[in-house]
Amino acid sequence: MAAGRHKADVLIIGAGGSGLRAAIAAQENGASVIVVSKSLLGKAHTIMAEGGIAAAIGSSDPRDDWKVHFHDTMFGGKYLNNWKMALYHAQEAPKEIENLEKWGAVFDRTEQGGILQRNFGGHAYKRLVQVGDRTGLELIRTLQDAAVAHGVRVFAEHTVTQLLRADGAIAGAVGYQREKGDVVVWEAPAVIIATGGIGRIYSVTSNSWESTADGLALAFRAGAELMDMEFVQFHPTGMVWPPSVRGLLVTESVRGEGGLLTNSKGERFMERYDPKRMELSTRDVVARSIYTEVQEGRGSPHGGAYLSIAHKPADFILKKLPSMYMQYKEFADVDITKEPMEVYPTTHYMMGGIRVDAETEATNVPGLYACGEAASGMHGANRLGGNSLSDLLVFGARAGAAAAKYAKSAPRRGDVADSVIAEAERDMLAPFGGTGDNPFAVQEQLQNLMMTEVGVYRSEEKLTEALAAIRSMRERARSARATGTRQYNPSWHAAIDLKNMTLIAETIATHALMRKESRGAHTRVDFPTTSEELGNVNVVSRLVDGKVEATFVAREPMPDDLAELAKGETVVHTS
Amino acid sequence: MNGQQRKGHPETIAIRINRGDAGDDVGRFEEFRLPYAEGMVVLDAVIQVQKEQAPDLAIRWNCKAARCGSCSAEINGKPRLQCKTRVSDLDLTQPITVSPLRTFPRIKDLVTDVSWNYRVNQTVPPMKYAKRPPAKVYQSDVDRAQEMRKCIECFLCQDVCHVLRYQTAEKPTFIGPRFIVRTAGLDFNPFDEGNRTGFLLREGGLGMCNITKCCTEVCPEEIHITDNAIIPEKERVVDAHADPLRAILNGLLGKSKENGSP
Repeated sequence: MAAGRHKADVLIIGAGGSGLRAAIAAQENGASVIVVSKSLLGKAHTIMAEGGIAAAIGSSDPRDDWKVHFHDTMFGGKYLNNWKMALYHAQEAPKEIENLEKWGAVFDRTEQGGILQRNFGGHAYKRLVQVGDRTGLELIRTLQDAAVAHGVRVFAEHTVTQLLRADGAIAGAVGYQREKGDVVVWEAPAVIIATGGIGRIYSVTSNSWESTADGLALAFRAGAELMDMEFVQFHPTGMVWPPSVRGLLVTESVRGEGGLLTNSKGERFMERYDPKRMELSTRDVVARSIYTEVQEGRGSPHGGAYLSIAHKPADFILKKLPSMYMQYKEFADVDITKEPMEVYPTTHYMMGGIRVDAETEATNVPGLYACGEAASGMHGANRLGGNSLSDLLVFGARAGAAAAKYAKSAPRRGDVADSVIAEAERDMLAPFGGTGDNPFAVQEQLQNLMMTEVGVYRSEEKLTEALAAIRSMRERARSARATGTRQYNPSWHAAIDLKNMTLIAETIATHALMRKESRGAHTRVDFPTTSEELGNVNVVSRLVDGKVEATFVAREPMPDDLAELAKGETVVHTS
Repeated sequence: MNGQQRKGHPETIAIRINRGDAGDDVGRFEEFRLPYAEGMVVLDAVIQVQKEQAPDLAIRWNCKAARCGSCSAEINGKPRLQCKTRVSDLDLTQPITVSPLRTFPRIKDLVTDVSWNYRVNQTVPPMKYAKRPPAKVYQSDVDRAQEMRKCIECFLCQDVCHVLRYQTAEKPTFIGPRFIVRTAGLDFNPFDEGNRTGFLLREGGLGMCNITKCCTEVCPEEIHITDNAIIPEKERVVDAHADPLRAILNGLLGKSKENGSP
């Protein structure tokens, strides 16, 4: 079949917050831009972000500034963050709030007529810029409209199956259009991976169906390195009941606005785990605390903890948390203005991802960039709430600008050879000749395995077992079968996703096995303490002849002035 | 609490899904039976059918949390989000029927081609940030814009709009409720100084709306589309284009720019 061919200076894979922000930046830097998205435009997982964008604009609390934000990010990340990224992030996030307002975002306001900010776990001051509990929608719509106004070309409902390389550098990508199943080729000297997270590798997750680790797998196969894959964030508060919505996110804003966590005995149990910060402790700590309460028999009827905001006036709750009100009322018959919610940890965010240069978001493969959740380094061992939306803005902008500059000077190449495309098409169509499993069945087995064996608490024994099981699933993914035609066929899409999911699951388990300590979101029951030595290294892996090869890589030491800033615990000020 | 109000559900449920390929706007119903699970929404049932009984069943969904607006369909004949429709709220003595949106052409099964909406969206004059933005903006100044910006683009309002149902996609004369809401969201933004009345009057076809409020009834975000977007925009258009005194005054004051262009 003759493939559709398209050319651009910068090709962006993913149309969530980071992809769209990168698209705007690349276009502003003179590049022609194509964005490819698995879903329709404006439906990406970013839309589900609730609480807000962390930026030290000092509107709700003038004591705040980038130095405090930098400190809180490093302390929250257990000092494993790429400190340069944490620095740029803290310094540049306020400017991104200004940009969003220029592009049409309408944030909640203070009584003094400024932008309203709210408290969040691990942030010293009221720092999260918000629109109630639907900030992600505001962000995606604003960026979507701005990208369209900037003239960005969007290929919606297209799946990328392979990155193209020529002379050791990136040359574009191949994929297919979901509607008809036709092959499409995008030729570009610079490619940005902005595909978000991996949540769907786990059975209980807050992530939308798209988060199947595609971009990580594409980059990994093309020679890029993955880093910090052991750090998977389990958000402390997901819905527990009914089963239909298990894992659905309950925003941290509930706690930010004063929500209280209790167990079946009515105790505010955070007293035992982090008496200084209580409910506004960091996510890793709160998630482990809820897990422990339930394990020790103090859980709610459906196996969670109680989270209540019912002590606040009903109109306050309806204004600040309208989506949470709807979610519990519609799905669980619970009125959160009167009753407590039941919550339990849910797989939420990948701190690890593609290893990038802090300034430019360039990977080790010339022409390949990554930003947002798909990249690693910014959040270290644990991400603070609100830092992901600011991350995707700051580093989306940097990646887009750097890729545009690179594309201008990159050597021009001829068209990608037909033989290369034909081979990519053969790979992509392999599931139609598959004689093996139903891909949905293997996916479900993988998700259950990851949840129980590579979840909140880990051990050498479980991880070793899991790794063997994942490797056999990687084999089965190769022969998973698609039934029916190429037109909009979910079994085909699932078979392709499954290859990505099993490969990335293997890197998570491999990294988790190597890090013999507990730090941030990575908790080993066999190594319960934090090792000073392992604080100086990141786990980095490469794919060599189909095998995941992981090593420790030494971290660059922080300069003295920043080390001084980063010192000490975060004290949360709620007023 | 927690779901215990809903007792006495059947052990299995029947669901009839309208299937077909591109060009087949009538399709055929295929019936599936599956176990009922507590709290189940229609999207759970459809996804389960896809996983276990019909792996090539085409559906569109992303968040399954009523945030993304991807899974719009007609359930027992009513336009709704599949993820927000509890199975236990439906009449289970008969099979549940699920059909694609009727206003847009079918791609396959429950997936329709909504690209027309994205093309219309590109014609809306974009945000024009004020040269001298207001120094102070209070919550009461942004409430109206924020209501419009709650829209999740599920296109259910477009699906039920009488004007859109009978207009051909090739020669649109009306942009539909979604894009009046979008335009209103820009017009109500205190930082915007664009002028979109000419757009609404001409390309927008605002006069075509005869205020039957069907759009408002189906909005899962409970945006008061007719009262808070369409009627205020109709008033603005009348003020700007039908009042001869105002038109002269605007001309004198240099406020005659169109489409938000500088």
